[in-house]
Amino acid sequence: MTQIFAYIPHQGGVAADIALEYPAAAAKIDASSTLTAVVTGSGPDLDKVANGLTSIYKEVIKIDNAALAYPNAEVVRKALVNVLDASAIVFAPNDTFGMDLCPGLSIKMDSAYVADAVDFEGMEGSLLKVVRQELGGAVSTHVTCDTAAGAVITLRPGAFIPVEAGAAGGTIVDKSADAGDLAAKRRFLEIVEAEVGDVDITKSDVLVSVGRGIEEEENIEIAQELAEAMKAVVSCSRPIVDAKWLEKSRQVGTSGQTVKPKVYMAMGISGSFQHMGGIKGNPFIVAVNKNPKAPIFQVADVGIVQDILEFMPELTEKVKSM
Amino acid sequence: MEILVCVKRVPDTAENEFELNSAGNDLDRDDLVFSVNEWDNYAVEEAIQIVDNVGGSVTVVTVGDDESEEVLRREMAMGANNGVLLSDDAFEGSDGKGIASILKAEVEKGKYDLILTGAQADEGAGQIGGMLAAMLDLPYASLVNKIEAGDGKTVKVGREIEGGNQEMNEIDLPCVLSIQTGINEPRYVGIRGIRKVASVEIPVHSAADLGVDANVIGKDNAKVKRVDYFVPDLGEGAEMLEGSTEEIIDALIEKLKSKGGL
Ligand SMILES: Cc1cc2nc3c(=O)[nH]c(=O)nc-3n(C[C@H](O)[C@H](O)[C@H](O)COP(=O)(O)OP(=O)(O)OC[C@H]3O[C@@H](n4cnc5c(N)ncnc54)[C@H](O)[C@@H]3O)c2cc1C
Repeated sequence: MTQIFAYIPHQGGVAADIALEYPAAAAKIDASSTLTAVVTGSGPDLDKVANGLTSIYKEVIKIDNAALAYPNAEVVRKALVNVLDASAIVFAPNDTFGMDLCPGLSIKMDSAYVADAVDFEGMEGSLLKVVRQELGGAVSTHVTCDTAAGAVITLRPGAFIPVEAGAAGGTIVDKSADAGDLAAKRRFLEIVEAEVGDVDITKSDVLVSVGRGIEEEENIEIAQELAEAMKAVVSCSRPIVDAKWLEKSRQVGTSGQTVKPKVYMAMGISGSFQHMGGIKGNPFIVAVNKNPKAPIFQVADVGIVQDILEFMPELTEKVKSM
Repeated sequence: MEILVCVKRVPDTAENEFELNSAGNDLDRDDLVFSVNEWDNYAVEEAIQIVDNVGGSVTVVTVGDDESEEVLRREMAMGANNGVLLSDDAFEGSDGKGIASILKAEVEKGKYDLILTGAQADEGAGQIGGMLAAMLDLPYASLVNKIEAGDGKTVKVGREIEGGNQEMNEIDLPCVLSIQTGINEPRYVGIRGIRKVASVEIPVHSAADLGVDANVIGKDNAKVKRVDYFVPDLGEGAEMLEGSTEEIIDALIEKLKSKGGL
C-alpha cells in the first residue's frame, strides 16, 4: 500500500483543478494507495477549500498559519517537511508554484524527484515507472523512480483524467500545530498584474498564431495580412513576445492568455504543453510546420507540412480572391 | 557582486528532427546539432548586466564532457569573465540530485553572492536550481523575470506566475535564482567574440578536485533513471493534407469554412 500526499494549491477559497486529477494519477501508481490531500493557507479561505476537498478525498490535512496566507514556496516547504511522512510520495502540480516548491522539497525530504509526469505505468517493487517528455515535447521517455525513501513528483496539469467530486465523506485533520518555525529568507511583496494590450485575443473566434517559425520580426506582417483576410486576430507563442516582436497580451499559453477560439491556426509553432495549455474549448486546430515530426501534429486536427513563409502569402491570396 | 551561472549544452530543438536509434531506445545522436540551453543565455545576459551596473564578476560553469567547453566559451564570448568545466567519468548518468551535488561542491569552492540557472533545460525538469539552493541552505526563487539588485544584502525579484502576472519577492543574499526567458534580450555573439576567448584556459574540475560524495553521483546512485525514449502517441494525430500547395489550400479552405474559420 503506497501512501501518497497530494498538495492542493488554491485561490480565493477554490481548489485548483488538479485536485480532481490527482486521484486518477494515484490509481495508476497503485490501485490500493491511500491518497491524502494537503492544503496550506490561512483563515476562512483555507477552511472553505479543506471542506470542499472532503468530497474528493477521504483525508484532508490542513496546515493553517498566517505565514502561509500567500503560498511562498520556502515557507510551504518548511511546513510540509515538518508535517509529512518523508517516506511517502508527494504530488504537486508542474506549474509555476510546483516548480518553485518541489525540487527543494525533495532535497529536504531526502527523497527522489520527478518533474512533469504525464503518465504512470505502475510500480515494480519500489521502482515507479513514469512517462515524461523531453525537448519541448519532441520525444517521450520512460523513467524509473526509486520511491523506497519517498518521492516528490510534479504532475502535468491536464494530463490525468479528472474524477467527479462526489461524497468521499472525508475528514479534516488539523496539523497546524506541527508546522514549526516558518521564518523565511524570501518574503512575498505583491502581485503585479499583467498589462492589458491593444487587442483582446481572448475575444476572437479565429486566431492566426505565429511561433518561432516566423523567423524574423518583419515577417509578422505576413501573418497580419492573412489574419486580416480571414477577419482574424494575430496571436503568438512565447518566443515572439520574448523577442519583443509582439506584445505580451498576444501570447497564448500558461504564462500568457487563455483563448477559446473556434479556429486556431498554429503557424510555425512546435506545440509545447505550456503553449497548448492556453488553448481551451476544443477549437479546430490547423498546424502548419515544416517539420513533419513537430509535436503539434499530434494534437492538431489538420496538419500541413510547409514553410509558413511561403504558405501564408498563398493562402492569403486565395482567401482574398474568394 | 560575484555571480555564478550554471549552463548546459543541449540538443537544439529548432535545428533537429529527433529520431530514435535503430534499437529504438535512445535518440539517434549522430547528427544532432547542439547549442546552449535557451534559458541559460538569458541567465548569463542578466548576470553580465548586473555586474555592469554594480561591479563584480560572472563565472559560467557546466557539468559535462569535453564538448561542453564550447558552451562555456560561447557564454564567455558574451561577456562572462571565467568558465569552469566540471567533468569526470564518474559524473555520467547522474540524476538531477547528482548534478546539483556536483555543482554544490563547485559553489562551495568560491564565494558567490548570486547563483543563477536557466529555468529549465532539455529534460524540461527545471530542477537543478531549486535542488542546489536547498542543498546549500540558500533561499531560492524560480522563473525569475526581473532582478533589482538592492543594498547588497537583499535583491528584489519578480517571478513569473500564471496568466502573465508577476510575483514580487525580497530575497536575502546569497541566493539561487532560476531565470525565465524574456527577462532581457541576450546579446548577439559574433564570430569575433568567439575568437577572442578561443585560447582562454578553462579549468577542469574532477570528482576528486571537488571532493564530491561518490555516493550521490553517477548512474548507480541515481534514484531517477531514464529507461528509453519513444515517439509520443498523444492523440489520433492530425489529418495531414498532402498534394500541391494549391490542392492543400483548396482543401484547407473547405475545412475552414465548415468550422467557422472563414
Ligand atoms: C514556465 C514556462 C511557461 C511557459 N509559458 C509559455 C506560454 O505561455 N506560451 C508559449 O507559447 N510558450 C510558453 N513557454 C515556452 C514553451 O516551453 C516553448 O519554449 C515555446 O512555446 C516554443 O515556442 P514555438 O513553438 O514558437 O518555438 P519552437 O519550439 O522553437 O518551435 C518552432 C517551430 O517552428 C517550425 N518552423 C521553423 N521555421 C519554420 C517555417 N519557416 N515554416 C514552418 N515551420 C517552421 C519548427 O519546425 C518548430 O516546430 C513556457 C515555458 C516555461 C518554462
